[in-house]
Amino acid sequence: IDPFIKKFLHSSLSFLYLPQMIARGKNASDLFPAVVKNVACKNIEVKKLVYVYLVRYAEEQQDLALLSISTFQRGLKDPNQLIRASALRVLSSIRVTIIVPIMMLAIKEAASDMSPYVRKTAAHAIPKLYSLDPEQKDQLIEVIEKLLADKTTLVAGSVVMAFEEVCPERIDLIHKNYRKLCNLLIDVEEWGQVVIINMLTRYARTHMFVPICFNSGEKAFYGSDDEDDDDEEKKAEAAALAKRKPYVMDPDHRLLLRNTKPLLQSRNAAVVMAVAQLYFHLAPKAEVGVIAKALVRLMRSHSEVQYVVLQNVATMTIKRRGMFEPYLKSFYIRSTDPTQIKILKLEVLTNLANETNISTILREFQTYIKSMDKDFVAATIQAIGRCATNIGEVRDTCLNGLVQLLSNRDELVVAESVVVIKKLLQMQPEQHSDIIKHMAKLTDNIQVPMARASILWLIGEYCEHVPKIAPDVLRKMAKSFTNEEDIVKLQILNLAAKLYLTNSKQTKLLTQYVLNLAKYDQNYDIRDRARFIRQLIVPTDKSGALSKYAKKLFLALKPAPVLESPFKDRDHFQLGSLSHLLNAKAGGYQELPDWPESAPDPSVRNVEVKDSVRAGGTVTLRGRAPGESDTGSGSESGSEESGSGSESEESEEESESEEEEEDEEDERTKKKKKIEKSKPKKPESTIAPSSSVRMYELLHRITGEGLAVEYCFSRQPFSPDPHMVAVQIQFTNNTSSETKSLHIEDPKLQSGMRIKEFPEIELLPAGESVNVVMGIDFCDSTQAANFQLCTHTRKFFVSIQPPVGELMVPAFLTENEFKKEQGQLMGMNEISEKLNLGEKCQSDHAIVERVTAKANLSRVPCGSEKENRFAGKTVSSGSLVLVTVARKEGGGAQLTVNCEKMVIGTMLVKDILQALTQ
Amino acid sequence: MIHSLFLINNSGDIFLEKHWKSVISRSVCDYFFEAQEKAGEPDNVPPVIRTPHHYLINIYREKIFFVSVIQTEVPPLFVIEFLHRVAEMFQDYFGECSEVTIKDNLVIVYELLEEMLDNGFPLATESNILKEMIKPPTILRSMVNTITGSSNLGATLPTGQLSTIPWRRADVKYTNNEAYFDVVEEIDAILDKSGTTVFAEIQGVIDACVKLSGMPDLTLSFMNPRLLDDVSFHPCVRFKRWESERVLSFIPPDGNFRLMSYHVNAQNLVAIPVYVKQNISFFESGSSGRLDITVGPKQTMGKTVECVLVTIHMPKVVLSANLTATQGTYTYDPVTKILVWDIGKLNQQKLPNLKGSLSLQSGAPKPEENPSLNIDLKIQQLAISGLKVNRLDMYVEKYKPFKGVKYVTKAGKFQVRT
Repeated sequence: IDPFIKKFLHSSLSFLYLPQMIARGKNASDLFPAVVKNVACKNIEVKKLVYVYLVRYAEEQQDLALLSISTFQRGLKDPNQLIRASALRVLSSIRVTIIVPIMMLAIKEAASDMSPYVRKTAAHAIPKLYSLDPEQKDQLIEVIEKLLADKTTLVAGSVVMAFEEVCPERIDLIHKNYRKLCNLLIDVEEWGQVVIINMLTRYARTHMFVPICFNSGEKAFYGSDDEDDDDEEKKAEAAALAKRKPYVMDPDHRLLLRNTKPLLQSRNAAVVMAVAQLYFHLAPKAEVGVIAKALVRLMRSHSEVQYVVLQNVATMTIKRRGMFEPYLKSFYIRSTDPTQIKILKLEVLTNLANETNISTILREFQTYIKSMDKDFVAATIQAIGRCATNIGEVRDTCLNGLVQLLSNRDELVVAESVVVIKKLLQMQPEQHSDIIKHMAKLTDNIQVPMARASILWLIGEYCEHVPKIAPDVLRKMAKSFTNEEDIVKLQILNLAAKLYLTNSKQTKLLTQYVLNLAKYDQNYDIRDRARFIRQLIVPTDKSGALSKYAKKLFLALKPAPVLESPFKDRDHFQLGSLSHLLNAKAGGYQELPDWPESAPDPSVRNVEVKDSVRAGGTVTLRGRAPGESDTGSGSESGSEESGSGSESEESEEESESEEEEEDEEDERTKKKKKIEKSKPKKPESTIAPSSSVRMYELLHRITGEGLAVEYCFSRQPFSPDPHMVAVQIQFTNNTSSETKSLHIEDPKLQSGMRIKEFPEIELLPAGESVNVVMGIDFCDSTQAANFQLCTHTRKFFVSIQPPVGELMVPAFLTENEFKKEQGQLMGMNEISEKLNLGEKCQSDHAIVERVTAKANLSRVPCGSEKENRFAGKTVSSGSLVLVTVARKEGGGAQLTVNCEKMVIGTMLVKDILQALTQ
Repeated sequence: MIHSLFLINNSGDIFLEKHWKSVISRSVCDYFFEAQEKAGEPDNVPPVIRTPHHYLINIYREKIFFVSVIQTEVPPLFVIEFLHRVAEMFQDYFGECSEVTIKDNLVIVYELLEEMLDNGFPLATESNILKEMIKPPTILRSMVNTITGSSNLGATLPTGQLSTIPWRRADVKYTNNEAYFDVVEEIDAILDKSGTTVFAEIQGVIDACVKLSGMPDLTLSFMNPRLLDDVSFHPCVRFKRWESERVLSFIPPDGNFRLMSYHVNAQNLVAIPVYVKQNISFFESGSSGRLDITVGPKQTMGKTVECVLVTIHMPKVVLSANLTATQGTYTYDPVTKILVWDIGKLNQQKLPNLKGSLSLQSGAPKPEENPSLNIDLKIQQLAISGLKVNRLDMYVEKYKPFKGVKYVTKAGKFQVRT
């Protein structure tokens, strides 16, 4: 160790050398005491470098490492969530067994931390502790179970990761969280998505039932790969028939498929691959096709990505050829592709070959044969051979082509052709004695042992087709016997034996000669073979009964070889996995189970009746990007927690009314209906009613004579006019006949107010419902918008009155901006009220949830623990609305609203006050 | 997950190692060297290598092998994608990703790796979160650092981690608010000897450079979104809006980023902007060959084709080339056997031509295959698919940004077989 560095360790300068030494793999462990004493240093920069060092060398210097622990323990109690998280991160990275109990305690505590970021760090720490001490498994599973129930996107990915590392066999822990994970998926960060999707694939294979579509068209479409029809399907068909009722996909299964589909558009190749494998393993045949396009897109990426994707495509093409057929040309090979990519593309092309496209493929192969890359040419010849065996029509064409290659100047090409021709000839030797003759001539020139061996085998096997040439070949071979490679020698023996049996007159002496040569060969295999053959074919008085059957033994009819793709049956590994790529089980690989024999009970996933209804209701919400979240940059992602906030009043109301209406039906069909209902029927920016969005009634189904109309404020920007509030209207036709031409007429509006009508709904079939969006400019007032709702027979007078909280859109401000703006809205524009917080909303979380539920505001980051700030703008005039809730000791709080529009301000105070005091 | 990372240069030096769990000896790389030797070309090193106790997953970028060590099952693409992110992050921080820059900025590199993975699982891979914690080097800062001994480590903790919009920093301020979008389309094509298209498709990307203050919410719409057949987005794009209205609605990251990449509907015939007349032949006797190539504009939509470059990988037996070009210059590298003809702008009146003889190694048999030509080209102000941006709207923020859209067409993997 450089003494110079040691001397300077007291200054921060020297810390810059540490990472350099670690990175270069030099041993800097001597410095340990000098470095670690800086762990409590106030300078955050030095601190971080010490962490790096500490984590790297703690294992080697356990006693000294312990000295630093107390610093981290203190950090765990820090009021700043980021410091708590980083203390936990470093503490859990120190691989010293003595501190296991401390770590366990820290993880448990962090798992119930207020901050989702700290909880995420706790999830990360779980696998670290597990690898340090597997004994802790049971306790860790408890923590995992707790964190799995977490409803924030930040935690979801990390905890599933921990689950996969610690207890992947405890798949039962997922039941209750399945729907939540499906719903959160799109907002989870991309790496977490990969882990969750892979885990859910396994889950669905154990706890769902095999998907089938009794779709007559589908059979025909995939007719080409009917031979290798998966027996899964047959099994399922049988099972379904036995039950004598049509297959209905479990709504949860459908939920998973629907929620993962948008992720095919991810920029992250790993996410796309994860979704692709999920569809491949879980989707009904007719739906798997969607993944082909996305996988073909990945082929444009880096060559390593291409390599992995092609491996998976190769496996997929064996089972589902039809899927990739339209993209055949995307697998054409360029001379600049690396050889390993070329060979994989070739594999895919071969798998895709069928009667219709074979001529195109063979033409393409012809250009490949001329390539300078000889390994690739050899692979192409193999591929042609496989096409020829699989597709009878082109066998002769291929064979002729290959025979032409026999005159190629490159020996490797010739050799490979010989090997392939040998395999092809075995299928129909009678017609091709001229080819065999041609090949016999090649023995003079060709040197590649494998090719020579193949030719000799051919001649021996079909010696009756070339009775004149065969003995001559043997003569030449006998001459060169001693110089041949082992495999060739064995085939010479073979040839000699066969000739002796069929044509002993001409070849008896030659055979004797060859056998004698072999007797003294260096290789024991060859000596053995010679002895064995001699006993069999040359009858002596000692030789047993076997020699009678020598002819049968040597000249038995041999089955033609089947040329198979090396990717056949690889799909018993989960696609996209390392094990699939290596075609061997990697450590920690979780077997992808087969579908269960009978449909498992779907009710295990029910959380509560209330929640399960909602899980169905939020289905289409997930289309949005995280940025749309109402809470903005705040640390809580409260509004994203679908199915959360079970205390919130409005959602309870919603589900109750639901139950009243439909209580005669059983719960399962209700859920299904819910899902179907919320499916977007038209390409409009409607959202499904989510738990956090309150539905209002516009027309009761009794007054509406069977037509029920509900509306909600979707809080989406109304794209045709940003000054309008988007109102989403849901029409449900409860009558038995269809309703036609639903539209708006004769709006009666206060001056300044405007309406953008929704496009006329031409037809609403009986029992169906439809969502549309209209825009209303309320002019920043809570005056009702009155208008007539017309069907083809009736008109209904209706009115929409907005709650004040819906007249605004979130505004994203920083703390400083907020303070500045607030400063300008003092005096008359500021309204302040004292209040006592309700029992259930003592926490920050609850406050944020209640305020954002009441008003469409975004949260403003705030330094103070006691304060929550929110900001928004009114929709029409864009005036700022600033809300501050400052908590005080003993459950009291101060609510301040700053707004230029005093009426809005006053009303908002009233509304929020009500929400917070309940 | 990812256990360790080794960076290895072309000559086989391990110049950086980083471990996220316990330390793995660098001797594990011997397996990699073995595979590398077997593969010959760096392109042919298998991305996944199996060793008795570990799996090595590697990528090759900018003449550096990023070799990661894995111990248990993990999706290989997960690791590969992550390694590419690491390389991109280096590029983002240091302008280029090379051995020299990595060695020069070792402290930052090390800090970056430390933050990007926790226990082998990705933690922060968004560039703006990282930049908040670790500042990219500038000349001034590195000078100050040398004198004062401070590092580029930010004193702030990663608040970006807490945001629901992790790709955007809060408090962005610009005096000039601007948003530029580059629509770059690439034509991938294989043409056969006679000039007929064997295969052609258009792939495009929209790269954006957005420097806007505050939290702008942008909406980008196209005149003809139907052209787009297959798309993938930056996570900021709201997929729902795209599905329902075919507009891109997003809160942009700060700075440069790739907004989307797309594939143009294959049913539309692809316009091939150039044609190539070529005649390359090798003679059996006299160990020589002839080469005659002419390039001309074909379907260019009235624009000029620029930066035309023809690259030919010659067979091994070609020793030298004696050619004359009517336009541009040519070079032949006898070691790599690559002939490059840099034409430049394509002239409608006088078509560029390259003609002359090739001399072969005497005694060697004449090559069987004629080499294929790879073509590079560029057409400014044209998206060959006809895609057009309609408008860009900004919500939430009040100021008026400066907006611009640029179109470029390039040749992607454009190959002419001979």
